[in-house]
Amino acid sequence: MAVVGSGPAGFYTAYRVMSKLPQARVDMYEALPVPFGLVRHGVAPDHPEVKNCKDKFDEVASSPNFTFVGNASIGHPGHLAEHCTIPLKVLMSHYDSVVFAYGAAEDKKLHIPGEASLKGIYSAREFVGWYNGHPDCGQHEPDLSRAEEAVIIGQGNVALDVARILLEDVDVLRKTDISDRALAQLAQSRIKRVHVVGRRGPMQAAFTIKEVRELMKLSGVAFHGADNSLIPAALDTLPRATKRLMEVIRKGTSASVSETPKSWSLDNCLSPKAFIGDRRNPSLVGSTEFYVTKLEDPFNPRSSVARTDETVTLPSDIAFRSVGYKSVALPGFAEVGIQFDEKRGVITNDGLGRATQSSSDIAEPTGTHPPALPGVYCSGWVKRGPTGVIASTMSDAFITGDAVVHDWLSGAPFLSRSGNGTAEGWEAIKADVGAQADEIVTWDQWRQIDQAETAQGLTRGKPREKFTSIRDMLSSIK
Amino acid sequence: MSASRSLSRSLARLSQAGCRRAPSTSAPYRGLTALPSPLLRSAPTSRALQSLQLSLSRRAFSTTPQRRHGHVTPPKPGEELWVTFIDKEGEEHKFAVSAGDNLLDIAQANDLEMEGACGGSCACSTCHVIVEGEDYFDKMPEPEDDENDMLDLAFGLTETSRLGCQVIMTKELDGLVVRLPSMTRNMQASDFQ
Repeated sequence: MAVVGSGPAGFYTAYRVMSKLPQARVDMYEALPVPFGLVRHGVAPDHPEVKNCKDKFDEVASSPNFTFVGNASIGHPGHLAEHCTIPLKVLMSHYDSVVFAYGAAEDKKLHIPGEASLKGIYSAREFVGWYNGHPDCGQHEPDLSRAEEAVIIGQGNVALDVARILLEDVDVLRKTDISDRALAQLAQSRIKRVHVVGRRGPMQAAFTIKEVRELMKLSGVAFHGADNSLIPAALDTLPRATKRLMEVIRKGTSASVSETPKSWSLDNCLSPKAFIGDRRNPSLVGSTEFYVTKLEDPFNPRSSVARTDETVTLPSDIAFRSVGYKSVALPGFAEVGIQFDEKRGVITNDGLGRATQSSSDIAEPTGTHPPALPGVYCSGWVKRGPTGVIASTMSDAFITGDAVVHDWLSGAPFLSRSGNGTAEGWEAIKADVGAQADEIVTWDQWRQIDQAETAQGLTRGKPREKFTSIRDMLSSIK
Repeated sequence: MSASRSLSRSLARLSQAGCRRAPSTSAPYRGLTALPSPLLRSAPTSRALQSLQLSLSRRAFSTTPQRRHGHVTPPKPGEELWVTFIDKEGEEHKFAVSAGDNLLDIAQANDLEMEGACGGSCACSTCHVIVEGEDYFDKMPEPEDDENDMLDLAFGLTETSRLGCQVIMTKELDGLVVRLPSMTRNMQASDFQ
């Protein structure tokens, strides 16, 4: 079995299949030289406990039946010459099954005036990648030294992560594995005020309670208070999770905004209309104009929302869009018959992780599905869209893993010609890709990178100092 | 997946038929190093295959056993506390444990299907357990905010849900019974929108 992507979806799927079919051999492909996907480059640096799932992934990788093929991408060329590119068709010809678990590498755009032309507007994905040392995000260094008022568009946990990193005491972050480049910039930050803006209200927001509570607990940071007309007066009848979340929002911070140097707010019922240039420096964003929206039923978590003609303008020396990630198709999908649902940004599948042959018949949870593509599976965000915490990705990956196991044991058709488990995997691909095969990073080589990063961190009092370029990663391999 | 498919098929069938772990009454506490000794229920002729299947499945991740199995303390004779886990299939597993051990470590030390994605640091909901009987639930110290925050995200949350990593065995909890909720949630309509 090949797994494309080495984040939680890939590892938990591999783990499930290897646990249930102990003879299964898994090769895992990762475009970067380093594994773990968003556990490394997405999870906030001040959430080290969330990254403990790496212990399980290490355990999976230590199995003799597991092979890590890092610095190797499927279809895409690499940034450096020292990279291995495997055409999708070649990959699929040497496995019984392929699981796509490569996540969501792009983000949704707002498509409003100024978004592409003005400086000072960042995608949350780039910002998160930047403070987490992602090698692709080095050029997206935000200038925090001139900005006092920040607008974050979106009300999910990524938006709250961005808000927290902007508002948190930089000395707290120094003890984390946040990249040094981000620390230097955050140390100069003049951000005093953060708006977290949503089209709908607190009852409809995607963020979860832990992240809200953390913001309420930051020292020297006050919360402006939510619009109480959007929160039910009586919380007792609400489901437990909603009730507790609303209590935290309503309670706010113990300090008031006049007492603290920094503050943040939830700005609800605003839909972005345009970014407007700064008066003195028209190439930079200076403010953001929003339509005021109206919720059909403010207390209904699924309430629809309509925009009104009224507008509001918020000062924004810096702006972040955080309205969701997006998966994209791999080069070659069409050629091998894999359907990609561009609208939802997922591989068309039966809901259990089996890629299906036709998108003409949209899968219904209880309806019949188009026939499955033999041996082709998907897992994680490329299967069900870019939402959820590691626990939900894990259970989702287990569903895909169980589908693979079920199909294998029930004699369903698989990818390789014989379907009898004689596919040769990476060993055969090596021969097909020629000299590029020498560019891959093995698990032992990742361990060397890991040790070098840990050693770098030690001298700085951090658990790790990540390499922020692929070249540096590769150079640390002996 | 390169090994013989038919072998894996027959092994899996055997596994389903006869390799469930020991039921409550006969499961001895297995300690830190002892391998599980399952009660084999099917015909003796298939035992060799069963134990092969078992040893294979145990071996798959046995290179670092101390990671999963190193957190519990064997109880001193006479000081055993008893805890029963009911797995997804409804099977009961009863263990003698020491005061101070938490349910996540106990479950993992005994190879029950319970993940602890965050390593027992109360930062995920993968070790969700449901306490059977309100009296036992009430005997436990109230969950802290961070535990409740994670439980809010758990699938199949109930009135007596807790995180296994936060439930520490004490004398008062001797005889505790907890149920493991289904690990893989049922697909929801919202997953298809």
